[in-house]
Amino acid sequence: MAPLVSIRNLRVEATTDAGRKLQIIRGVNLDVAEGEIVALIGESGSGKTTIAMTLLGHARPGCRIVGGEVRVDGADMVALGEHERAAIRGTKVAYVPQSAAAAFNPAMTIMAQVIEVTAIHKLMSADAARAKAIELFKALSLPEPETIGDRYPHQVSGGQLQRLAAAMALIGNPRVIIFDEPTTALDVTTQVEVLRAFKAVTARHGIAGVYVSHDLAVVAQIADRIVVLRHGEVQEVGTTEQILFAARHPYTRQLLAAFEPKRQDRAAEVAADRPVPLLEVRDLTAGYGPIKRDGTPAVAAVKSVSLSVERGKNLGIIGESGCGKSTLARAIAGIMPGYLGQVRFNGQEIAATAAERSREDLKQMQIVFQHADTALNPAKSVEDILGRPLTFYHGMDGRTRDKRIDQLLDMVHLPRLLRSRRPGELSGGQKQRVNFARALAADPKLIICDEITSALDTVVAAAIIELLRELQRELSLSYVFISHDLSVVEAICDEIVVMYRGERVEQLTPETLATPSHAYTQLLFASVPKLDPRWLESLPA
Amino acid sequence: MKRPPANTIAVLGTKFRGRVGYRVNPVGLIGLAIIVAWTVVALTAPLIIPHSVGEIVDFDYFGPMSRTLWLGSDYLGRDMLSRILMGARYTVGISLAAVAIACTCGVVLGMTAAVTGGWVDTILSRLLDALNSIPSKLFGLVVVAAVGSSIPVLILTLSVIYIPGAYRFARALAVNVNTMDFVLVARIRGESLFYLIRAEILPNILGPVLADFGLRFVFIVLLLSGLSFLGLGVQPPYADWGALVRENIGGLPYGAPAVIVPSLAIASLTISVNLFIDNLPAKIRDKEEH
Repeated sequence: MAPLVSIRNLRVEATTDAGRKLQIIRGVNLDVAEGEIVALIGESGSGKTTIAMTLLGHARPGCRIVGGEVRVDGADMVALGEHERAAIRGTKVAYVPQSAAAAFNPAMTIMAQVIEVTAIHKLMSADAARAKAIELFKALSLPEPETIGDRYPHQVSGGQLQRLAAAMALIGNPRVIIFDEPTTALDVTTQVEVLRAFKAVTARHGIAGVYVSHDLAVVAQIADRIVVLRHGEVQEVGTTEQILFAARHPYTRQLLAAFEPKRQDRAAEVAADRPVPLLEVRDLTAGYGPIKRDGTPAVAAVKSVSLSVERGKNLGIIGESGCGKSTLARAIAGIMPGYLGQVRFNGQEIAATAAERSREDLKQMQIVFQHADTALNPAKSVEDILGRPLTFYHGMDGRTRDKRIDQLLDMVHLPRLLRSRRPGELSGGQKQRVNFARALAADPKLIICDEITSALDTVVAAAIIELLRELQRELSLSYVFISHDLSVVEAICDEIVVMYRGERVEQLTPETLATPSHAYTQLLFASVPKLDPRWLESLPA
Repeated sequence: MKRPPANTIAVLGTKFRGRVGYRVNPVGLIGLAIIVAWTVVALTAPLIIPHSVGEIVDFDYFGPMSRTLWLGSDYLGRDMLSRILMGARYTVGISLAAVAIACTCGVVLGMTAAVTGGWVDTILSRLLDALNSIPSKLFGLVVVAAVGSSIPVLILTLSVIYIPGAYRFARALAVNVNTMDFVLVARIRGESLFYLIRAEILPNILGPVLADFGLRFVFIVLLLSGLSFLGLGVQPPYADWGALVRENIGGLPYGAPAVIVPSLAIASLTISVNLFIDNLPAKIRDKEEH
């Protein structure tokens, strides 16, 4: 029997702004059988989403399918005209986007958007479509399936919205669904629910799937087969077990290795006497909105949190999104001043807002943000970005500044040639390195890292963590490391604070990590996907 | 089709290596050429005009194009070519000065409001909204009637009329850039307001601001022509292009060049400014890694 989807010798070309043609997909072959879920895995830029999009007969602006064929249920999506393709989209092949929040129209109710496909293809009456949508909501274990469709997209959570996007894809009874990193933007605890719902619903309806992801552990839970991609070429294809336990290709092994949590083997250095902690936070409360009579804000994102960071040691703060970890970081950095409590640095109390702090205080404590895309000015070159703090804090110019910029680039392992580039011309990992180098330029004692690896692929993130550790050894820095990813925090931190709903629920050391006492910490740790295809089933529902 | 060898990319890439390229659009070049030409005319007009602007040289009025009078004569029999060449001084000069003042003030205030926020933003916005609510022609009329028409007054009036628009536009753009993390980074580094707007905000809104500059230039040329049409602009015997259209409007039934040529001059200037602004040279950012 012919496979449901068969891609043969697919080639996609992109045109750069200088008119240069680049082949981004170079002769890819791929089959998906009836009811089978195939995962496309690889780092960003490997072409996994581009391949998935060709199933819809679509190439992003600037890209063009130049050769090969993509057969979906017999029809060649490359050769068909736009009109015939449109008839197939939604009925035979459907798409679940990475960010459902961006894919829903905020001005329409969810139900109206979910059943839109049936109206476009004239599949069934609106009433029948609504009834079917409610069935799907139940199948995807959404709360209040009868009425959730009457809400607007902002009235449901991110995980629910992602499942609603799946309902939208399923309503036209497609034979194959493309999942484009559908859980990447979700917390681990939410991710578990969404994965479980996807798995149940595709199994029940016998729908085939193409699951695009960079996270091997997630893919291991849902895929029957895994295709490893790099630079637009297939590196290795195999069943999930083969890839996980008997990978042959070196790149696959590298991916797997990046996943292993690397425990630090740090000798118990110094710190025999306990000097003044570098950073001490006492009963800090921060939040939004007008201040109530008792002096606390209307919405307290951080409630009376205390913590301390020793010199040369690292503190990890973990928790799901909305738990207040980023607000805490911002309160410490003085971006969003705390209402109550105090921040002490080097034993001295420092002002709540950055505007009131002295330049010396600002210099000592630097913050690095999650999204290097928005944290680097796109209009400036790397040289200017790194040069500014040198001029501003240290008054360097001319030759000395140039030398220091080169040193900084060396420190973060970037080639000196990148000096004149602008952020838009760097890869995600390179941007994050520049972002970090800018913090280093100030010669700080403490660097607050706010989810700095969350937007990166596992391999690149592992390299960044390695870099942080190396720099710590050389420059005796301390980090406050904020993340929702336990394995990352575990790799680098001496102490870990778990936050939940604005409060500190537990403080752990690497030794006590295996045996958390608080119920929330246990749930959080259990939700981190493991490289084991049976992990999802083994979880208590 | 044959599969291209894997090293195609590298071969193509060497063509661009080590060269900072600017991609110049021919349409933009044409626009620039016309602007430069009019500017040269405006600067050298008194030297190149064949006749004095007030001198009556033709016995006929609305005379046709001829070997002696290249663009015909106007309603009094004055040389049209000389009047248009001199008119370029007023139209290009006054409009450029006014648009430069309006955009500079508007953009600086807009960025300041966006970055500072709070009451500074509120007061500035409401003040300029109030100014915006006065109809522009009426405002011009009142000011010119009260103070009298002179070139500095015209420039200032025109720029005051167009500041609120430039402000609104720049503020809307700057507010978006201001929410970016890199502005926050600069802020907690302790940077001053001036640095924030100059180095962090301005480079990121420059493209749209320049487009707005071009559009606003056109509006100002048109408003100046309108004011001249009402007799409030440049005073006789001198005339800007708008005034030339007005005073020769009677020639329309005869198809006189005196009414068509100044209209074409206005059109050529405004269109070429926009063509140039829309097709500014873009730096080619695609350089092969090596």
